[in-house]
Amino acid sequence: MNAAVLLFPGINREGDVARALKQATGKAPAIVWHAEHELPRGVDLVVAPGGFSYGDYLRCGAIAGRANIMGAVRAHAARGGYVLGICNGFQILCEGGLLPGVLMRNRDLKFVCKMQHLRVERNDTAFTRQYSGGQVIKVAIAHGEGNYRADDDTMARLEGEGRVAFRYCDASGAIGGAANPNGSTHDIAGIYSERFNVLGLMPHPENLIDPLVGGVDGRGLFESLARVSLAA
Amino acid sequence: MQSKEPEITPGLVAEHGLKPDEYQRILKLIGRTPTFTELGIFSAMWNEHCSYKSSRLHLRKVPTKAPWVIQGPGENAGVIDIGDGLACVFKMESHNHPSFIEPYQGATTGVGGILRDVFTMGARPVACLNLLRFGSPDHPKTRHLVSGVVAGIGGYGNSFGVPTVGGSVGFHTRYDGNILVNAMAVGIARKDSIFYARATGVGRPIVYLGSKTGRDGIHGATMASAEFDENSDEKRPTVQVGDPFSEKLLLEACLEIMAKGCVIAIQDMGAAGLTSSAVEMGAKGNLGIELDLDAVPCRETGMTAYEMMLSESQERMLMVLDPEKEAEAEAIFHKWGLDFAIVGHTTDTLRFVVKHGGEIKVDLPIKELGDEAPLYDRPHVATPKKSAVDAASVKPPVGNREALLKLLGSADLCSKRWVWEQYDHLILGNTVQQPGGDAAVVRVGEGPKGLALCTDVTPRYCEADPFEGGKQAVAEAWRNLTAVGATPLALTDNLNFGNPERPEIMGQFVGCLEGIGEAARALDFPIVSGNVSLYNETQGRGILPTPAIGGVGLVADVAKTVSLAFKRAGECILLVGATAGWLGQSSWLAEICGREDGAPPPVDLAAERRNGDFVRDLIRDGLVSAAHDLSDGGLLVGLAEMTMAAGIGASVRKTGEAPDHAWFFGEDQARYLLAASAGNAAIILAKAADRGVVVENIGETGGNVLTIPGEAPVEIAELRNVHEGWLPGYMDKAAI
Repeated sequence: MNAAVLLFPGINREGDVARALKQATGKAPAIVWHAEHELPRGVDLVVAPGGFSYGDYLRCGAIAGRANIMGAVRAHAARGGYVLGICNGFQILCEGGLLPGVLMRNRDLKFVCKMQHLRVERNDTAFTRQYSGGQVIKVAIAHGEGNYRADDDTMARLEGEGRVAFRYCDASGAIGGAANPNGSTHDIAGIYSERFNVLGLMPHPENLIDPLVGGVDGRGLFESLARVSLAA
Repeated sequence: MQSKEPEITPGLVAEHGLKPDEYQRILKLIGRTPTFTELGIFSAMWNEHCSYKSSRLHLRKVPTKAPWVIQGPGENAGVIDIGDGLACVFKMESHNHPSFIEPYQGATTGVGGILRDVFTMGARPVACLNLLRFGSPDHPKTRHLVSGVVAGIGGYGNSFGVPTVGGSVGFHTRYDGNILVNAMAVGIARKDSIFYARATGVGRPIVYLGSKTGRDGIHGATMASAEFDENSDEKRPTVQVGDPFSEKLLLEACLEIMAKGCVIAIQDMGAAGLTSSAVEMGAKGNLGIELDLDAVPCRETGMTAYEMMLSESQERMLMVLDPEKEAEAEAIFHKWGLDFAIVGHTTDTLRFVVKHGGEIKVDLPIKELGDEAPLYDRPHVATPKKSAVDAASVKPPVGNREALLKLLGSADLCSKRWVWEQYDHLILGNTVQQPGGDAAVVRVGEGPKGLALCTDVTPRYCEADPFEGGKQAVAEAWRNLTAVGATPLALTDNLNFGNPERPEIMGQFVGCLEGIGEAARALDFPIVSGNVSLYNETQGRGILPTPAIGGVGLVADVAKTVSLAFKRAGECILLVGATAGWLGQSSWLAEICGREDGAPPPVDLAAERRNGDFVRDLIRDGLVSAAHDLSDGGLLVGLAEMTMAAGIGASVRKTGEAPDHAWFFGEDQARYLLAASAGNAAIILAKAADRGVVVENIGETGGNVLTIPGEAPVEIAELRNVHEGWLPGYMDKAAI
């Protein structure tokens, strides 16, 4: 699997996700500068990492979502290529038209960084094969604007088509109330595109790949992706 | 030489914070009346914040050297050798005055400034910490200040992309009018590529990098060198505005040009902006500097030389460039969307010359601007010694169970989760030990090596006895690093005091510094960088003396560190260090009895060393499963913290002669609590006897309650409720 990590000014978790990809695939991903118009040849997976692209000024992800490279990313997704957006990357994919909806300020208007349980809603996608369906995993969250919102029709489609990838939950897998850290609609932590080849999520599985640093519950995502190949 | 500039009058001189004798010194030095811009420059260079004029004399007395120290005080940050060709670069700095006036921006620019100090030296920042002190929770401004400062620290560090891994937060009415915001940054560099401020070579281009210059922050350093009065809010325009996005770009661009070998000398523009950075680079390199302000990128039109030289706009750097690499460096800066302008060159004249609009606005001797700054041996009187509190004579007003719950739910000892969950403490994926423990542990790259980091001070102790308090601050930092298994290597200090022109305040400063020096010497824990913040005083009322210590330790293998959380039931709880039951200046005496009274606990540095070295060896040998240093709140608070961390209960039995309340809550120093299996406990007790360390087996882990002799057991859930509940409850009360 060949991965490319997009680099926009102000992105700051590109190294974290590159490390997770390298651990899972044995290969360092290509780093692609935002001003480019083309992705490297043979890329299977494009990753928009976490951070504060353009300082989150204007609106999270709004400027990066319109960067030169995003045209190539949209074309890649349209061809069925895989795209992963984490945190600010999720916001960028929403702003760039690859995923529906928007991420608003957290319910209590504060940035929140902590360990958070997620329920893996399905394990039959390229992103989650290494998890079991309904598995509860513990990963990090670190965001000020992770409160997912979409109009009612979009929400109905997302739910109806099974496009919710992860939901915030407690250690037992129960959702709602205090288990939702940011007020996100339907406790959504991540969603898929219609064809399940684009995933956007707020949490940081890339920071949970080492037993010495919080645990390894994030590895499943990258190990699942390590097996995808567009050529195959 | 002058055009349209105000005439220099005694009133104007006074407005610049310069005393009449200091102005006479200027006249004597340059042999003429200074221009308006020159007066501004003297004001910027000779204020307390930049010149250390009240503190320099005493700062010379602390130990700053050790075989592993690469760079001590005097550069942007301290540098120590951590082996394998790597160096750790770190410093702590205050942003107290601006944070009181404008908490969010004051705190952000404090974090931004200290990060710049670290990456200016070629290091990539890997962690931030802080030490915060606020006024009484009952003070009407406190909630607003806490909210703004915490959001500001997070707002900058989170966006910049460095984990904020630790800190210290406290409250006291003596900070009602002057809060403390001390920020520490830690970076990693290759030992053979550290960058310094010292310019070399004549005729080399001086390059301005980063954001544009605006009118913000003019006289910021002068503001930070005076007391507040009832009109302190009017100083809001002197507070700078932070832009973490620009700083992140500046970081990446600077590290890139450094890696390409473009940089000869580099200095960040912090306090006193363009003035102090240019003067410092020239003076350190025995060179003159000539600047042409027409080339300075400005955010606003019509800026005068005076404004440009004194602006404290953030996210800017000044650099002496290798002339052959000019095009390469410029391309890198433009790629990152940052300004890059050649604004001057080095000269052999030893003059600091500033031109603007074809006129010479400044022509001053460059070395004297720094070297000839006033140096004061201010009168100081020692704080009178207080007598010890006789523990037996203090009748406990409540039982030990109730006292414990009250302490755990007090403003100072409650969980600070509400604070550190607003900081991204996990980014970079190397945070092996998170906030909430004795020290944070951050892995270096792919490991196995790691850094242990902490910030500490107990201002109550320093107020009661500056010398012992200064010793204690260093000893506690050393102990916190030890408690995770690290070898303490060096420290940075941030000396926060009131008005040094008052002999009793100067006495606190001198006393604390002597204590710091003594402890640093005894523990081989040199001071490699630091900052002095004086005039933390409002209408004649000074803060508690607060010499904040930021400690850095090294662990050879992060897998071998321990946390304070109990790991399993059925283990022995061991108390290391002698417990006499010292109640003077304890949290128990303050919170439970309402008395801030008596002498603080004395610090026996030989015992600190002996006990700490013992504990560190046990951790490295894998004999203990949990370790915790005992400090504020004493033994029972420490035990409760170990219990709450993983939800494993404990029962404790009292030993020794001290009255119960003194044994449980006394703050005797040089103590640790450990957990170990029964087999390992026996080995530890035998080793302790050999090494002359006092170790007692005082209980067992297990269950879901904390059992205290003579009291009903306390559910862990109840401990957690009071411990976790206070701060969110306080902050949620309306009127933020």
